[in-house]
Amino acid sequence: MSQKPYLKLDQIDKSFTRAGRTSEVLKGIELAIDKGEFVSIIGHSGCGKSTLLNIIAGLTPVTQGAVLLEDREVNAPGPDRAVVFQNHSLLPWLTVYENVRLAVDKVFGRAKSKAERHAWTLHNLDLVQMGHARDKRPSEISGGMKQRVGIARALAMEPKVLLLDEPFGALDALTRAHLQDSVMQIHAALGNTVIMITHDVDEAVLLSDRIVMMTNGPAAHIGEVLGVPMERPRKRLEVVSDPAYLRCREAVLRFLYERHRYVEAA
Amino acid sequence: MSQPALKSPADPVVMAFPSPKAAIVPLPSAPSPRAARVLAAAGKQARDVAVNVLPPLVTLALILLVWQMLTSQAGATLPSPTTIWRESHDLIVSPFFNYGSQDIGLGWRVLTSLQRVAVGFGLAAVVGVLVGAIIGQSVWAMRGLDPIFQVLRTVPPLAWLPLSLAAFRDASPSAIFVIFITSVWPVIINTAVGIRNIPQDYRNVAAVLRLNSLEFFWRIMIPSAAPYIFTGLRIGVGLSWLAIVAAEMLTGGVGIGFFIWDAWNSSRLPDIIVALLYIGMVGFVLDRIVALVGRVATRGTASA
Repeated sequence: MSQKPYLKLDQIDKSFTRAGRTSEVLKGIELAIDKGEFVSIIGHSGCGKSTLLNIIAGLTPVTQGAVLLEDREVNAPGPDRAVVFQNHSLLPWLTVYENVRLAVDKVFGRAKSKAERHAWTLHNLDLVQMGHARDKRPSEISGGMKQRVGIARALAMEPKVLLLDEPFGALDALTRAHLQDSVMQIHAALGNTVIMITHDVDEAVLLSDRIVMMTNGPAAHIGEVLGVPMERPRKRLEVVSDPAYLRCREAVLRFLYERHRYVEAA
Repeated sequence: MSQPALKSPADPVVMAFPSPKAAIVPLPSAPSPRAARVLAAAGKQARDVAVNVLPPLVTLALILLVWQMLTSQAGATLPSPTTIWRESHDLIVSPFFNYGSQDIGLGWRVLTSLQRVAVGFGLAAVVGVLVGAIIGQSVWAMRGLDPIFQVLRTVPPLAWLPLSLAAFRDASPSAIFVIFITSVWPVIINTAVGIRNIPQDYRNVAAVLRLNSLEFFWRIMIPSAAPYIFTGLRIGVGLSWLAIVAAEMLTGGVGIGFFIWDAWNSSRLPDIIVALLYIGMVGFVLDRIVALVGRVATRGTASA
């Protein structure tokens, strides 16, 4: 690990106050992420992992602590931390191309010429294999395709950190596997720094360099960070018999289901 | 064309079966499904037309018949359909004649009224969407303005007329103001609801992209709230057409409203009835136009 972390979460606390009652969601979150690293955050639902992602994205303000990106505090949303939202969040009145182009125009409006922005939009659509559907509207394509476009939109911003908020949660198992492979390919090709929220143990082990496991709320914190010592590129069919894969999988499962079992309606 | 093609494969069938009669029976019926389908399609279309057009025609005929019967008795106070046809013949058949300043076809009068509606309603649409956007975006603007708007919107259009006459000291801007003030409320209220219902996802996208407020207004707010906005506009255009006739009756001028008042003063009841039909049909067309524009403009949004 390098001396200076690329992205640093520095003692982050988050509490919500509603009707005079304060509830602590996150407590003392401390995490350093290197450039090019793929980190998954896993935990039971309601543990505050989406809140944590929103804090990194700048969509939710912290109560205490700070998010430091390249040693600079970030506390407002911006295209340097592009988010792929859980439910794709494409604008339904724009075509696939226009959805990505909106982001490209906004981020590179000054830096690139019109022709360059057009080419860059198409390039990113091709990257997620969606070039063929550029003139379709989101309502005309499948859920998996929408999520691909969402990824293309985020990639097109050339973010310093790519934030994935349970990106494949709403997809069927086969589509999910396809998209996971695409994300691995893109990560291998572009070397993005990625933070992914998930509640799928296999997904976390397959994709990540490190898995951050969160304890249950209230006042959730990072319970354990597990490195995944597996070579890339990883092949779905090969890793399932890899002892390292099985060890990691077991470690995450033990954490989630033995030590921090989900308590019903806590 | 299909007959020979169908006949040849049928022949071996005739040979194969011991009873030729049984095999031949399906043959003549083989080419008919297509013809039957064409006939059925034509029949279905004809039935659709009949189902939609016939009932209103029958109703209309019945109304005219009853009307004719009621008004042909001695001492009837209103003109019968045949009287109207006889006395207002040129108003009905030629809407665009022009014999001098007050002797012009109803088409011209409707156009004059439509011009006022266009200005008044156009203003109402722009102001309504802008104010609605502010109220939808800002909790404090909504708290401050909404109760006032809820009271003002119930004021009948004509109650504004004396005030606007006093303020503008001229008939035409007063009429336009009455149109504006009548049709602006539904636009404001519907736009505000539409803006308040913009999904948080779209706001997050805008935040990550750092859209400025002008970009947010055009790229997110307007398209996202468009179905609501057009509902408001459709109500608004109906109200403004209601208001223009009333306003013109009092302010005078050339419009269709004043024509009714003028006809009443000179006891030309048949003309009034013709004018009513014009107003009804124009109002209907206006409503359909706004609905159509709305359908085209909200293509993407409504299906999301």
